Amino acid sequence: MKSETVIDNRPVKVQVSHLTKYFGSLHVLDDVSFDIKKGEFVCVVGPTGCGKTTFLNLLTKIYEPSEGELRIDGELADPKKHNLAFVFQEPSALPWLTVEDNLRFGLKIKKLPKEEIERRVDRILKLLGLEEFRKAYPGQLSTSTEQRVIIGRAFAMEPDLLLMDEPYGQMDIKLRFYLEDEVLRLWREIGTTVVFITHNIEEAVYLSEKVLILSNKPATIKEELKNNLPYPRDIASREFVEMRKHITEQIKWW
Amino acid sequence: MDKKTKTKKRDKLGRGQNASAYTYAMLSFAGVMAFLIIWQLLLVAGIVSDRYLAKPTELVVLFVQKFSDPAPDGATLLVSIWASLRVSLTGLILAIVIGVPLGLCMGWFKALDRLVTPIFEIIRPIPPVSWIPLTILWMGIGLRAKAFIIFFSAFIPCVINSYTGVKLTNKTLINVARTSGASYVETFYKVAIPSALTMVFTGIRVAVGNAWSTLVAAEMLAASAGLGYMILMGRMFARADIIILGMLVIGAIGAFFNGILSFVENHVIKWR
Repeated sequence: MKSETVIDNRPVKVQVSHLTKYFGSLHVLDDVSFDIKKGEFVCVVGPTGCGKTTFLNLLTKIYEPSEGELRIDGELADPKKHNLAFVFQEPSALPWLTVEDNLRFGLKIKKLPKEEIERRVDRILKLLGLEEFRKAYPGQLSTSTEQRVIIGRAFAMEPDLLLMDEPYGQMDIKLRFYLEDEVLRLWREIGTTVVFITHNIEEAVYLSEKVLILSNKPATIKEELKNNLPYPRDIASREFVEMRKHITEQIKWW
Repeated sequence: MDKKTKTKKRDKLGRGQNASAYTYAMLSFAGVMAFLIIWQLLLVAGIVSDRYLAKPTELVVLFVQKFSDPAPDGATLLVSIWASLRVSLTGLILAIVIGVPLGLCMGWFKALDRLVTPIFEIIRPIPPVSWIPLTILWMGIGLRAKAFIIFFSAFIPCVINSYTGVKLTNKTLINVARTSGASYVETFYKVAIPSALTMVFTGIRVAVGNAWSTLVAAEMLAASAGLGYMILMGRMFARADIIILGMLVIGAIGAFFNGILSFVENHVIKWR
């Protein structure tokens, strides 16, 4: 496999420092700091209800942090300036737009030139094999195809930072395996920086280059774990199982 | 092959089985025909006096005749229809043009919501028909007065449904736009309005119904022409046939409006 996983000299893309969030008196996040390298695939795992989604919403600036800051390329993150994309937990295709218009949605908001929009849309459609559904509405698609459209829409933004919040939470195992490979393929093809939140440890080990393990509420980073296993990963290999066990141990709060 | 003949044989509209579209169409047609025939027979046999009801066949004749004959209410059918349509469409279109955008904006912009909603909540429960006396006092019984009453009856469902439609916009979809960097106003027209469209159309549908029923009430109280007026005259002259014809034409036009609306709706809301 590529040697880049061994010596990682990619520049730092996202810098999170001392991120803290209170909702009234509820302390959700406590002094979270970490870096993400350009093009890195980071998975965030943690016990249920530890504030994973809050964490992500802070990164997208849906919430403002109580303390701390998020910098992208050294600048304070701002959805208007930076290119952020989000795949939400629930299906979020815009039902009144066709598949191709869904893919165009964010690009039009960013006011990219028309040729560039078309180039990217065509590329994503081809990468995902969705050409035949180009003119279809999300309501006419199966759940998994709709989810692929949403993931495609996020990648089409070629974002500085792509945030995914348990995008496969509701799916059965077959679809999940399929879509996990799909996401890896897009990630490698487009070179996006990804933060992927999941409660599925196996998924985290399968996908990530780095795993952030969050503690119970108020969440801090319990461990930052490098994952150098070569892609494509064998979920039955000894190293894979060991890493999975290790993360499971770390997450246990009972 | 065997199976095919079997299903064909069992095609008797039993539970869980489907007949052809033709059979269903004929069933609906037979229902209407049976209704008309029973109606006709009741009158022919003298079970119901023709002082109370007119025969369907007579209504057909009257319908044709009314195209040229202004008696007894003083206007031919087309003139009456035109008078009613003019009033109702004026009121209805004004209601849609003002009500829908107002409702949409009220749903999205909090300041406007707080400013307008209280007034709206006070006026809303007043039945549109109860505005008639005041309107006559202000504007007499002309087109303007009736259009105003109809405007009122149609305006309210337009506003409420547009408002609710925006309020019900899926938060996730709003976040999709916001995280892509869309401004508040851009999110409004790119997400909230399309998402509210289904509700808006339901509102317009209710508005059309309201406008049409209020129209008849308004014309029966204060008018010199129109379908409601024709019905009223039918009562004065004890002509059951005129009344029924008026009712049927009102019903037919209402159904026609609904058809147009469904057509437009299916073309605007293509994603369903």
